[in-house]
Amino acid sequence: MDFIDYYKVLEIDKSAKEADIKKAYRKLARKYHPDLNPNDDSAKKRFQQINEANEVLSDPEKRAKYDKYGKDWQHADEFEKAQQQYQYQGQPFGGSSGWQDTGGGYSDNDFSDFFEHMFGGASGRGGSGGRVKFRGQDINAELQLKLSDVFTTQKQTVTVNGKNIRLTIPAGVENGQTIKIAGYGGEGMNGGPKGDLYITFNIINDTDFKRDGSNLYKTIELDLYTAILGGEVIVDTLSGKVRLKVPEGTQNESKVKLKGKGFPVYKMEGEFGDLYLTYKVKIPTHLSERQKELFKELQNLSKDGK
Amino acid sequence: MENENLISVVHFCDCHGIEFSFIHSLQDYGLVEIKQVDEQEYFETEVLQNVESLVRLHQELGVNLEGIDVISNLLQRIKLLQQQLTKMQNQLSFYD
Repeated sequence: MDFIDYYKVLEIDKSAKEADIKKAYRKLARKYHPDLNPNDDSAKKRFQQINEANEVLSDPEKRAKYDKYGKDWQHADEFEKAQQQYQYQGQPFGGSSGWQDTGGGYSDNDFSDFFEHMFGGASGRGGSGGRVKFRGQDINAELQLKLSDVFTTQKQTVTVNGKNIRLTIPAGVENGQTIKIAGYGGEGMNGGPKGDLYITFNIINDTDFKRDGSNLYKTIELDLYTAILGGEVIVDTLSGKVRLKVPEGTQNESKVKLKGKGFPVYKMEGEFGDLYLTYKVKIPTHLSERQKELFKELQNLSKDGK
Repeated sequence: MENENLISVVHFCDCHGIEFSFIHSLQDYGLVEIKQVDEQEYFETEVLQNVESLVRLHQELGVNLEGIDVISNLLQRIKLLQQQLTKMQNQLSFYD
């Protein structure tokens, strides 16, 4: 548990007056308010720090205690008895400024351990000056999956806030995609609806395919002789092996489209994207003398050298 | 709450301690759509999160309606840009 410099958090001097604190708090709160910085955890954390700093510095008693014992917080318990009996009145954030708790829109808005140690539990915080929370908190979670996993629809059980939730993850979900599971967020208050659970997928590519939406791409090495004379290759796709005819005279970097052999289209049962194969013709090296002779012969047969 | 997909505007205003007129102003600015059912006003639970966010901007940051309108438009643009960014990042990994 580290000392938190609340003056630094609010970017003010130690000599700052009440009006300066209020001004600094409002300015920073406008900058870092979670509603203005959606999905930005660093802004949310900063906003919590700003609120905490304001909670302390805008309250003369808390500020006095902090100024006296802040850096020496381990001994703050020995603060005068009268101060120990100080009862937290449960004012909303901002105290007299009239600004209120951020309400039901955010989760994880506890004060720091440092604050708890200095001032005890923020017992009044949940009450927020009588403000009634209506809807449960939304919960954001991240789920890491392998690309090969999301080729088929997945049923998974995840644990969020100690509760097991059975999820059906449709095949074809995208990396970075967020899905909403309605009603699986925090409990509502006063009969209000539950919040929602938002899951963002972090999909790790564990295959040798490259993915663009529902289309897959892969490079296939082709030996020179098959490229020239034609033949067959066996290609691994995500749905199994495919035997492919290679036409005579296949050029390096030429592409083949395998319709419907790509990735499932999200929430479109039975629909698949395409698989694009790029042939990379491998030029033989370390030729034997005999091979070199034969290539020279071929060269001589081709008058223009092509 | 009378219908599981609808939130009563009166109930919402009571719970959040806001004036009825504020929600009507949001409607005037095209920021919320109010439905009339049996002479009662409701909005859909789908938009609840967004309306709560607008209320917080007003109550906690003192943003007026014009400001809320501007912020809503900008947040919408940020959301679209973030979606595009994720898409581009996925495409970029194509060249890794």
